[in-house]
Amino acid sequence: MCRSVRGLLVAGSLVSSLVSSLVAATGCGRGGDQRHEPIALRFWAFGREGEVVQALVPEFERTHPGIRVTVQQIPFSAAHEKLLTSVVGRATPDIAQLGNTWVPELVALRALAPLDSMLARSSTIARDDYFNGIWDTNVLRGATYGVPWYVDTRVLFYRSDLLADAGVPTAPATWSEWRDAMRRIRARAGGHRYGILLPVNEWAQPIILGLAVGAPLLRDHDGYGDFSEPHFRAAFAFYVSLFRDSLAAPISNTQIANMYQSFANGDFAMFISGPWDVGECLRRLPPALRGRWATAPMPAWDAESGALAGPLAGPLAGARAGPRAGARDTTTPGISLAGGSSLVVFRGSAHPEAAWAFIEYLSDSTRQARFYALTGDLPSRRSAWRDSALAGDPYARAFRRQLQFVRATPKIPEWDEITTLITDHSEAAVRGGTPPDSALAALDRDVDQALEKRRWLQRREQSHDQAQDRAQDQAQDRVHEQPRKQAPEHANVRDSGASTGAE
Amino acid sequence: MTSLDGGGRAARRAAAIFLAPGLLLITITFLLPAAASFLLSLTDFDIYAVASPADARVVWLRNYATLAQAPLFWIALRNTLYFVLVGGPISVVVSLGVAVLLDSELVRWRGLFRTIYFAPVVTTLVAVAVVWKYLYDPRFGLLNAGLHALGLPPVDWLGSAVWAMPSIILMTVWKGFGYNMIIFMAGLQAVSPDLYDAARVDGAGAWQRFWHVTLPTLAPTFLFVSITTMIGFLQLFSEPYIMTQGGPLHATLSVVLYMFNQGFESWHIGQGAAVAFVLFGLTLIGALIQLRLRPERTEGGA
Amino acid sequence: MTAAGVVNPPVELRAARPARPALGRARGLAVGWRTVLLHVVLVAIAGFAVAPLLWMVSASLMPSGAATTYPPPLIPHPLTWVHYHELFSRLDVARELRNSAVIAALITASSLLCNSMAGYAFAKFQFPGRDRLFRLVLLGLFIPPQVAMLPLFILLRQLHLVNSYAGVVLPSMATVFGIFLMRQYVLGIPDELVDAARVDGAGEFRIYWSVILPLCAPVLVTLAVFVFMSSWNDFMWPLIVLTDSAKYTLPVGLANLSGEHVKDTELMMAAAVVTLLPVLLLFISLQRFYIRGITMGGVKG
Repeated sequence: MCRSVRGLLVAGSLVSSLVSSLVAATGCGRGGDQRHEPIALRFWAFGREGEVVQALVPEFERTHPGIRVTVQQIPFSAAHEKLLTSVVGRATPDIAQLGNTWVPELVALRALAPLDSMLARSSTIARDDYFNGIWDTNVLRGATYGVPWYVDTRVLFYRSDLLADAGVPTAPATWSEWRDAMRRIRARAGGHRYGILLPVNEWAQPIILGLAVGAPLLRDHDGYGDFSEPHFRAAFAFYVSLFRDSLAAPISNTQIANMYQSFANGDFAMFISGPWDVGECLRRLPPALRGRWATAPMPAWDAESGALAGPLAGPLAGARAGPRAGARDTTTPGISLAGGSSLVVFRGSAHPEAAWAFIEYLSDSTRQARFYALTGDLPSRRSAWRDSALAGDPYARAFRRQLQFVRATPKIPEWDEITTLITDHSEAAVRGGTPPDSALAALDRDVDQALEKRRWLQRREQSHDQAQDRAQDQAQDRVHEQPRKQAPEHANVRDSGASTGAE
Repeated sequence: MTSLDGGGRAARRAAAIFLAPGLLLITITFLLPAAASFLLSLTDFDIYAVASPADARVVWLRNYATLAQAPLFWIALRNTLYFVLVGGPISVVVSLGVAVLLDSELVRWRGLFRTIYFAPVVTTLVAVAVVWKYLYDPRFGLLNAGLHALGLPPVDWLGSAVWAMPSIILMTVWKGFGYNMIIFMAGLQAVSPDLYDAARVDGAGAWQRFWHVTLPTLAPTFLFVSITTMIGFLQLFSEPYIMTQGGPLHATLSVVLYMFNQGFESWHIGQGAAVAFVLFGLTLIGALIQLRLRPERTEGGA
Repeated sequence: MTAAGVVNPPVELRAARPARPALGRARGLAVGWRTVLLHVVLVAIAGFAVAPLLWMVSASLMPSGAATTYPPPLIPHPLTWVHYHELFSRLDVARELRNSAVIAALITASSLLCNSMAGYAFAKFQFPGRDRLFRLVLLGLFIPPQVAMLPLFILLRQLHLVNSYAGVVLPSMATVFGIFLMRQYVLGIPDELVDAARVDGAGEFRIYWSVILPLCAPVLVTLAVFVFMSSWNDFMWPLIVLTDSAKYTLPVGLANLSGEHVKDTELMMAAAVVTLLPVLLLFISLQRFYIRGITMGGVKG
């Protein structure tokens, strides 16, 4: 008995000490009196960037003695889940790297702090030094929520030797030249060798083509799908025809064991991809292929490549008017995706000023150039392009040009979901033989369904606003609305600004 | 029978006090959320509603209707049933086989073997999933090296849609067979030696004795093992999360992984809750079917 | 609710063995071919069971890149501890080890208390609806834990417990299985002991603490081992609740690491060893108790 009593006493004290440490552990997230301690910034970065950026931290901490930065590195595959969980659980970091297609979602959650006032005061971050279309991905309802950290877009990768052999001396600049090049290559190579690789399970390819024609993608304040309108229909018909004419193989990216090997074999002479594949190609293509592949901006839509079912409106009507003359660089390329990652500050951060200081530090163009050297990620600032090794890089030139002609996909939280619908229906048209127009009608139907909630919220907000107008005279009601008025950027965040075209 | 046969007020109060911490915790952290989950599955609670709960609407059964039309959900369901209906029986049979072997009176160092077989059970699933991911590596993995030594062609274990699920099953059997083995060994203790001797006198061979004496006696154990195994297998999550992320081509996407993606990745909470309830329904149906199939001769206890 | 075989110190697996006369007979004979064959099979199965773990240890001691050469080496050459150094110096595995230990210890201590109290009440108190309530609790075994996760997360958000140890610990403090295990054991304690204590004027809590708990020592160890291991190995819930890497447990940290350092086979193996070693050691030292928990829960479940 004696022994067991002693055991119980030990157990009891163990329990109480554990309980007290539980309480301590619970409390420590709340932060306390931090006057004596340096400001601790938590920065979430994803994938390889998260590893590499740690090399840039010591210098910042040296120049900002009051601030310490902890970088939390999160795998890309877990990034979205971790971000949203932290937002919902109110456990956000101070700063994060954010793929710019995720910005609208976090803005809708009211998780991000608007940066406009700090931008206005900033001496290091000059809006003009950034690519317009990329910067725009961070602007919703007139407020800026992120600063582009690095950028990407998609361009045309091509085997210059194969094109030359087929009688195409330079990269195609228009869709008709493009299709002509594919036909020539196909005629020469035949068999299982194609003009271009367009993995049928990727949404980016048909969307890029749609952007090039000026397709709006969504309509009525991003409340409905708009894939059956003439611009997208023309782009989609062009896309599907490449498969129907056997210029591209109807395969998905999982069916290609080794894309680089296939590219080296000449199984396809062109593909559309981003900056990461420059490094991969340099690393993985056999040395013999050096100098026999190149990159070019996306070809531009031209009237000969396919008639539009309706009148051509929008930004392209004028852009195509003038005759193409002189050097290739003066032609306007097609529009491509505005990709990349931005740096954002969370609303829940206790130290927004310190967080901003860190963003300014990372955005400095010498740091941007250093970051490019470390990662191969393309800098978001033009000055960094001038100062770095990029200036003379032949593969980067196409990206530099293309970055002036990029457009954001619709800035709504539902876009991710819509991309899978696009994949499903475009795959059905390419593989299943669904006529393109019926595939697009079905796509519109599904997209409308996916946006149902969004429309409901918009309607409710509208009627709410009307009610508010009616009540405007009554001063008492205004008092109730006070919290809302204090943070105007909260209101209507779901209604993103209209997507802007290329600059 | 009972110490407080009065069953009076004092006893009731004492009972309430003793039950309170445990039952309250279970209720608050498990039963109420489970019930709330059902209610949530009738709403379109989503990321908007997390920001402001007024943005959720009651949609009744629409989430379930959406699920019925979601190809990915059916893929997840099919994969999970594959895992349960193929992996579960394999796992149980391996456990039983090893238990019968270990139960043989010829075995020496029984305790040592038991410990070794049981070791994978206590290992951390995440850690062994990581280890197996490397064992399955098509180029440098031990498994393909073994196949090569046997003169067989290599297999792209986790990289091919055909082999990915069998690979996960193989790992799960490795990790889990020791657990049910212990239960079967305990069940085998209950087989009376007299029955064996009687069977032996009747001239029954080893196989006949197993079939006519061992198995019937094990029936209740079998029922318990198959129900718990099924419940566990229905909850497949960590293995595909670590090893394949549900790929390739969704070949290892499980119902729980689908729920995780719907719920915690896309924050379609109503939809995710509906998936969770389908999982609950599957569990109940599976358990009921097995109880119904229960052989007559099990004792009535418990 | 009979559960006769479960009550009292349950039948030890080994203890029943000598009852079979056949054992002695087999020992007496020369080792027959059947015995040899049987042991060949058993050793083969043992190889299957330990090979992945042995390879893990071996690969963790290989120099970087050695494990991804062809043919795959089995023995580290030269042997190196560099990956363990890296884990503890650069990658904060020590912190994750501590987090895992603290969380598992908190869960173990609190669940021993909650479950034993409830199990005792279900076994030794008479109150209306007791058995119905108990059966209702048992039904919880059929509800997959994932069903509760989404609302539970939202509840924890309201309580500001996301990204805290408490958020991980709270849902595991009391478990249906634990209550069941305790009840089955306490049922086997004679009522006379409780009554005698009551006659001596002991209060209810005193009876529980000084009479019941000491008698339950074996099953408490069993439950402790069980709970400690399952919370140590738990993955999905800590993955969801803990957002800050400073609070990660070993499995969550390992999953994170495996997403980042896929190519560093040897480093990953060292991390797996660090994660597995504590539970394996605990199991080997206390396996008697652990295995008893399985058979108690299982045979007459």
